[in-house]
Order: sequence, then C-alpha cells, then structure tokens
Amino acid sequence: MSIKISNAPYNERVQEGVKNDFMRKAVASAQGRFRSGRQKQADELGNWEDWRTLGEEIRTHTLRNIDYYLEILSENVSKRGGNVFFAKTAEEANEYIQHIIKKKNAKKVVKSKSMVTEEIGLNDALAEVGAEVVESDLGEWILQLDEDLPSHIVTPALHKNKEQVRETFAVKKGYEQSDKPEELASFARQQLRQEFLAADVGITGCNFAVAESGAVTFVTNEGNARMVTTIPDTQISVMGMERIVPTWEELDILVSLLTRAAVGQKLTSYITSITGTRLEGESDGPEEYHLVIVDNGRSKILGTEFQSALHCIRCAACINVCPVYRHVGGHAYGSIYPGPIGAVITPLLDGYEDHKELPYASSLCGACTEVCPVKIPLHEQLIRHRQIIVERENKGNKMEKLAMKGFAKWASSPAAYKLSAAAARPALQPWSKNEMIKSGPGPLKGWTINRDFPAPAKQTFRSWYKNRQKGREV
Amino acid sequence: MAIQNRDSFLDSLAANLGRPRRTQGIERPKWSVSPQFEVLNQASKDELIDVLKKQCEVIHTDFKRTDRTDLVKVLRETIEGYNGKVIVASSDSRNEEYGLDNFYKSAAEDFDVHLWDETMWKENQVFAERADVGITFSDITLAESGTVTLFNNKYNGRSISLMPRTYIAIIPKHTIVPRMTQATRQLHEAHISGNAVSSCVSFVTGPSNSADIEMNLIVGVHGPVEVTYIVVDD
Ligand code: SF4
Repeated sequence: MSIKISNAPYNERVQEGVKNDFMRKAVASAQGRFRSGRQKQADELGNWEDWRTLGEEIRTHTLRNIDYYLEILSENVSKRGGNVFFAKTAEEANEYIQHIIKKKNAKKVVKSKSMVTEEIGLNDALAEVGAEVVESDLGEWILQLDEDLPSHIVTPALHKNKEQVRETFAVKKGYEQSDKPEELASFARQQLRQEFLAADVGITGCNFAVAESGAVTFVTNEGNARMVTTIPDTQISVMGMERIVPTWEELDILVSLLTRAAVGQKLTSYITSITGTRLEGESDGPEEYHLVIVDNGRSKILGTEFQSALHCIRCAACINVCPVYRHVGGHAYGSIYPGPIGAVITPLLDGYEDHKELPYASSLCGACTEVCPVKIPLHEQLIRHRQIIVERENKGNKMEKLAMKGFAKWASSPAAYKLSAAAARPALQPWSKNEMIKSGPGPLKGWTINRDFPAPAKQTFRSWYKNRQKGREV
Repeated sequence: MAIQNRDSFLDSLAANLGRPRRTQGIERPKWSVSPQFEVLNQASKDELIDVLKKQCEVIHTDFKRTDRTDLVKVLRETIEGYNGKVIVASSDSRNEEYGLDNFYKSAAEDFDVHLWDETMWKENQVFAERADVGITFSDITLAESGTVTLFNNKYNGRSISLMPRTYIAIIPKHTIVPRMTQATRQLHEAHISGNAVSSCVSFVTGPSNSADIEMNLIVGVHGPVEVTYIVVDD
C-alpha cells in the first residue's frame, strides 16, 4: 500500500461509502463517542485553550528548527547504540529496511500500528524479500487477515462489525467461538502472542521522538508496541521526520494533547519511550536498533504556507467532527489519511493530480479547525488548496472562480478567516433545502445523489461552543 | 553507530526553510502559557492519593492502600485473588526495604516465584510469559491519569509488567506526583545533569485494552487483563 489506496474514481468511492449502511452508522456512533470523550477531557481541564496554545507554540518552534532537532536526535540515538537512516523517499526507506531483513535472514516480522509504514508501503516491500509480516494491533490484524484497508487513523477497522470479524477469524484462523468482542480479542491475544515470540524483527512507528536524549515514544492501549519492542532481538522504528519534540518536557504536552484529543483519555494505557539498544545485563529489548527517519514529500511542505500541516500529531479529532467523513466514511478519501487532515496533507504529499477532489470533501464548517489540539487552520488550508487547484488547472467554471475570489479574501487576513466558517454557509445556500443539500456542484454531487447531505449548521462550532459555555441549550 | 544520509537530508530541509542549516545555538523559547503546572498544584500527598483512587475506577484498576506492616498480607491476598500460582517480580533494592524479599522466599512453598535475574538472560522472558502475576514497584506515580512510571533496567525487565496475565504495582506514597509533567521534568533534569535515561521508560495506566471491535471497550488485549495498585504509606 502507499498513501493512495484506491484507483476507483472519487465519485465511485463516495457512492460506495454512502451506500454502506453499517459503515455509516458505525462512523456516526464512533464520531459521537470520540467527540464526547474529547469534550469531557477538555472541559475537565478547564483551560484547554491554553493547552492548545502551548501545543501550537511547541510545534511551530520545532518545525522551524527541524534540521537542528533531527541532528541532535540522531546523535543521541547513535550514542545509545542505534543506527539512524535518513530516507528522502519511500523507496530509500524500504530498501534500507529490506537490507536489514535480508542481512538478518528474517522470516517473520511483527509490526505495531504505524501510519508512516502504511504510507511508504512497507508491507509490500517486506513481502518482496520473503518476510512474513504480522500486524499486531487488533484492528490492523483484522484488516490484514481480511486483506482490507484502514478507514480511520485511530481505529482502523471501524467499518467492520463483529459478525464480520468473527467470520474472518473463522475462515482465516479456524476460530470457533462467538462474536462477543471479549472472546474475539482473547483469541487474537493467544494467536498474536505466538507471533511475537516467533518474530525475528519488530517494526514500530513513532509518535514522538525526544531529541535531547534519543528516546522514541509510542502511545498505545493494547500493549502491542511494548511487545514489539520487548521480544525481538532486532527492532526498527520508522518515523515521519516531523514527529519530534525538543525535550521530555514537551513530550508531556504533546502526549497529553494527543491522548485527550484522540480518545478522550488522560493518558492511554501505555506510553513507552525506548532509547537505543538494550543495555548490558538486560534481557528485554533489541540488541540491534534502527531508526528510519522518513521525508517522503514532507520537506516540500516546509517553508510554504502549508507548513503548519506538518504540526499534525495524528489524533484524528478533526476526522471525528467532520460531517463529510461522517457521511462518506474513510475509504472515500482514497488516501490512508482521511478526513480534513487527509484532505489537506494527501495532495501535498502525493500531488494534486490524483487527489484534486479532496479539498472539496469539506463543508468548510470549520469544526476541524476548532478541535485541532495544535491549532492547524485546516479549513483555511482547504480553501487555499481549492484556490490553487482552480488557478493551476484553470478548470473551474465561472461560478467556482468567482467563489474562489471570495475564498481568497477570507484566507488572506486572520480576522476575515475567523468569519470564513460563517461565510461558507451562504456560499452553499443555493443548494440547500430544508437544511439538507439535495444536489451540489461538482464533487459534492457524488454524495448527494443517494443521501441527503446535511447543510453546514447554522451556527459555527465556535458560536455553538460559546453558547454552550453560557449554559444555553442549542 | 552509523548515521546515514544525514547531511544531504538536513541540508535540504534548511534550504526549503530558506536559511542556512542550524547546527547549534537553538534554545527552547519561553512558552507563553504553562497550564501543565497548574494541575493539582495545591494538592497534598493524601489528596493526590484520593485523586489516584478515583482515577483507578476509570481505568479498570483495583486500588488498595496499606502500610509497610500489612503490605505482605495485602500482596498475598491480591495474588490469591488473581488465582496466581506463578509469579515474576523485579529484583528491586526496595524488595528488602519493604520486606518483600522474605515474602518471596517464604512464599516459595505456595507459589512458583521468579525474581528477575540478569544472569538468566532470556529465561526471564520465558518465565514472564507463563506467569500469572507480575509485580514491580512504581518509580513515579501520576495521580491525575492513574499511571505508574517504570524505569526498566536489568533488575526490572520490561516483560514483568507486560506479559503475565495480571499485574500488581506497589506504589510507595512518596512516589506520587500530580501528573506526567513532574515525571518528564525529572527525566529532563536527570538528562541535563548527565544521567543516561533508562533504555525503556514505561508509563503504565491500568490494564491493556482496545476499542477496535465496534468501538466496544475490551479490557485485556496483549498486556495484563487485570491490574491492582497497592499504595504503601511511608
Ligand atoms: S490535523 Fe489536528 S485534529 Fe486533525 S489529526 Fe492532525 S492534530 Fe489531530
């Protein structure tokens, strides 16, 4: 797999998502639960806005000095016995990892969930050199057995129901028990335990690397990343180059923002920071460690107006509030990164050509921007994408071009930008009837044929939130 | 160890940022806000213990509180409650201080006890894998989130809190702090004063769990299925 997950035309993918009733309900209910969890944690803190400000400041400083911090990180990992490989492209990263696999003559690789390894298509590269790859995150394992694709970046098998999971386990692994989630999970535990013990190499992603001491941190609930970093003798961590913090103190802030925004937990069950190889006398952990730092298009975003998209900590909060994602589901985006952040970052990483509809997969209601724990102006960036697409391809019709002029104005000044969520509403008015959009221009049409698409709410999230704070029912 | 392709990689980042490469002299700015230090900053140790106790309900963890005299009794009850026959524990210097080494010796009649032993190499893991109960001390305990922080080393293997079916954390009262902020500050300061960080720092918050099947919470996936915290008054 690579960042692009489907060759089907965008409209077809949207149709498929909209037609899949279970998926739509699952997404809606998951969104509800994620949102109330996040909201509860934010309310409990009281000063959530300060936390977001701090998160934004940390990310801004770090990305502005990314070369400095990556250098320090690599020095420190190396001092602790780890090898560091800087990979400009997905191919370079994959070749390096293939080389290790061959050198170790590794037959079995266990992985813990990692978006960046999906992005570079690592599993295919491993298969090429004859290694069996086992995904050990429960959701990823289910998808792997079923040869299916992730639809959400935190709970990748969100679109599957438990009967489907039981069926998959039965067909692929001879499972004979019920579809009770506990029984399914306990079966997975037994099966995967054997895989961990038999694995030659463990591969993880990286949530945040701590530059000052070379610690690579994983944020998980299931404990699979701990197994992957405890048992195999060779371990490889693959990190997107922007997943770095200056010191342990900033790790605290970003982990706290991530777990709260992603799953509404104060901390997840396991936050694990590993530094280099195991030390003398230790029985657990790898004797050989590799950190692969991946660019794969990210550096192109540096120094552009989209730089803040690299601040993303992959919490999925923007996905969980997005009315478009709710309607069409994760697969419709045709990218391993769905939702608002997917719509922003996919064209940046993989080019506009295959993904030019994505910036339109948004109602510009601004809910994503409001929830983002590091304050990425997501919908402003979507507007910029649209502008660029129209300018570059000059394909937009007259009306669209006119609209773009308006968007440009909103996007150019911060004060106007604050109004842009509200302004998006009148822009969609002509197509909405009784609060539901019956038919829309261009790509919007794809999802308005079968289902009524909810028009952006009359209130912006910000004003809704303000009213809510005042205790008014809305 | 080897660092490959670094210069060309970092040079091109600097070029994209439109400035020469930065290799030194970068200081963290003073952040404009610091909400993390406000959390529970007025709370006494006893109040923090109350916070921890409440948080244990949220994280599906049993909470017990005792003193040094009764620790062994409470520990034994907890092990029996888990129907524990095979036990793996860290060979921590605190075992002696808290009277656990005698317990582990005398308990050998009732249980199969293994204390982590660096000379036994991978056999430690094999033992942890079939153990019913893993037991370690907490190095820093975070009240807000209900988290025990473990500095894993050759006496305290990563597997002890991970592979057995159940896990018991012994929490000396003085290890309790408001939140992760105090733990990461300690790690930062240790680093500044030249102490190398553990090869693995584990922040463990209750049993392992997953919401991957229809968003239902399943407690107990790859790590322990049940967890007890025993707070010991100093
Ligand atoms: S863009 Fe913001 S809200 Fe969306 S996943 Fe990234 S950090 Fe989370």
